[in-house]
Amino acid sequence: MTAAITVTELGKTYVVPEREGGVRAALVALVRRRTREVKAVAEVSFRIEPGEIVGFLGPNGAGKTTTLKMLAGLLHPTTGTADVLGYTPWRRDRDYLGRMSLIMGQRNQLHWDIPVLDSFRLNQAIFRIPPAEFRVRLDELVQLLELEELLRKPVRNLSLGERMKCEIAGSLLHAPAVLFLDEPTIGLDVAMQRRIRSFIAEYNFRTGACVMLTSHYMADVEALCRRVIVIHQGRLLYDGDLAGLVQRFAAHKTITVELEEGAKVAESVAAGLVHGAQVERTATGFTVRVPKTETPAVASRLLAALPIADLTIEEPPVDQVIEKVFAAPTSEVDRDG
Amino acid sequence: MADVGLATPDSRPALSRFSLAALASFYRERFAMSVAVNVAYRGAVAIWIFVTLIQPLVFIVVWRTVAGEGETGGYTANQFVAYFLVMMVVDHMTFIWHMWEFEWRIRTGAFSPLLMRPIHPIHGDVCENLAYKVLGLIGVLPAAVLIGVVFDADLSGVGLGTVLPFLPALVLAMVLRFAVEWCLALAAFWLTKVTAINSLFFALTTFFGGIFAPLAVLPGWMQTVAVWTPFPWSLAFPVEVFLGRRAGADIWLGYAAQLGWIMLALGGLALLWRRATRRYSAVGA
Repeated sequence: MTAAITVTELGKTYVVPEREGGVRAALVALVRRRTREVKAVAEVSFRIEPGEIVGFLGPNGAGKTTTLKMLAGLLHPTTGTADVLGYTPWRRDRDYLGRMSLIMGQRNQLHWDIPVLDSFRLNQAIFRIPPAEFRVRLDELVQLLELEELLRKPVRNLSLGERMKCEIAGSLLHAPAVLFLDEPTIGLDVAMQRRIRSFIAEYNFRTGACVMLTSHYMADVEALCRRVIVIHQGRLLYDGDLAGLVQRFAAHKTITVELEEGAKVAESVAAGLVHGAQVERTATGFTVRVPKTETPAVASRLLAALPIADLTIEEPPVDQVIEKVFAAPTSEVDRDG
Repeated sequence: MADVGLATPDSRPALSRFSLAALASFYRERFAMSVAVNVAYRGAVAIWIFVTLIQPLVFIVVWRTVAGEGETGGYTANQFVAYFLVMMVVDHMTFIWHMWEFEWRIRTGAFSPLLMRPIHPIHGDVCENLAYKVLGLIGVLPAAVLIGVVFDADLSGVGLGTVLPFLPALVLAMVLRFAVEWCLALAAFWLTKVTAINSLFFALTTFFGGIFAPLAVLPGWMQTVAVWTPFPWSLAFPVEVFLGRRAGADIWLGYAAQLGWIMLALGGLALLWRRATRRYSAVGA
């Protein structure tokens, strides 16, 4: 199958002016401008198949948005190539622009002062959507996103969540085959986040569109993306499934022990069995965080020595793992499968 | 699920192929939208129109005083009134404000959504501009008549023979000024603060375009310089044609100058646009 998106050693370096604070430095800068190169994205490569939903993760400033902007044709890269649906995005071929959409969290393409429907009609003219097709698609979006009440209101009178729903609908009227979503749920309440999330899944299911999504909310990623691409400091850190990410980067596992009723274990005994790992008491037993490699040994020692009713071993929550990955810079690159 | 609906259509319109019908339908929608916005903000529009009237009024009072009972640069006091009235209308019909907006567009990233549409952003600006001009005429034209009556404008040279050649001169002037000033607006892609350069350009337009005074009143060397700039061709020329101060071959020469500058400006615009979008760093967007 031909990939929907192929990115090869894509890089973007910004040249930014640099000077110290203060009047003196400002005067010096008038004569001699000092600039500094900032590598926003450094030779990133990946492939995304049609119909995939891929989470694009990284801390602030990792280069996610820059990458999406290059793929949407807004930015020219400094190095590398990209092919999306057979087009080079930054050539901004109109046929390409008519087949993709980039939705950015707090950026509005809808006109502030006029009713939502008028902005939609303008999009119909821009993307040359035949009237019958426009009606059917609008009906479907209105129904899925519950927009009926909003269509005739000026955008400035909508709440943030309502506006986001309308932005999304406006960006999908032309049925893009590739969808870039940059923080689509930012600033929204939990219920609205859930609605947007289920809508994205539904859209992907119904149209087979390829979706690339960035989000700071792990709930978005866990609900939507089987595959994630992690970039950090402009470099690709991980590309594979979400479970694999946890396995690969989680250094510890949590063992939860439930003791038989009435059984008691002295702290010194427990501490001895887990070789100094931190023990936390619970109502019916205790939990202990142990290094991943020692988990089997510790678990079997516990089972052998203590009156145990139940023992579970858990991976740490995804967001904790991600947080740790971002905290420790590494140049390791991995590709699953 | 329905076969149409959200499903990605098999046959898509070839957006890269130029279609006059599609462009016309965009212009219709976008123009209607801009009119609606201007009507929604009619209070602000009324104030802007009022501001448009102040400058010509000042010039009328000043130049009437200068002319006194005689003539200055071939204009009597009442002919000055006529000149500044027609100039007011032509200035209203040709002016654009987008160079003041571009800095904001680029700094805030408001430009990004425009760049991702399969249509050049200039079309939207043209519609916005036309909508404001057409609505503004509702205020500007009656005001021009009123001022003309109050100050006794001398329109004796005006007739069908001057109005007919005036119309193409006005349209060409609108196109020319729009193209030149949109080029200027693109400077915002290179400079983050464009207010200074805009102000300089505005000063040049005021002098060489004939807004401050008819070109005939300026010193000889300034007139010579002015003729070789685009400014008089987008302002003074249509005014002079309307007032009957240009005739015959002179008018044709003017059209030719307008067309020449339009081609230069559009060529420059295409070149600048390509470079500007390469440069765009989509900040904040």
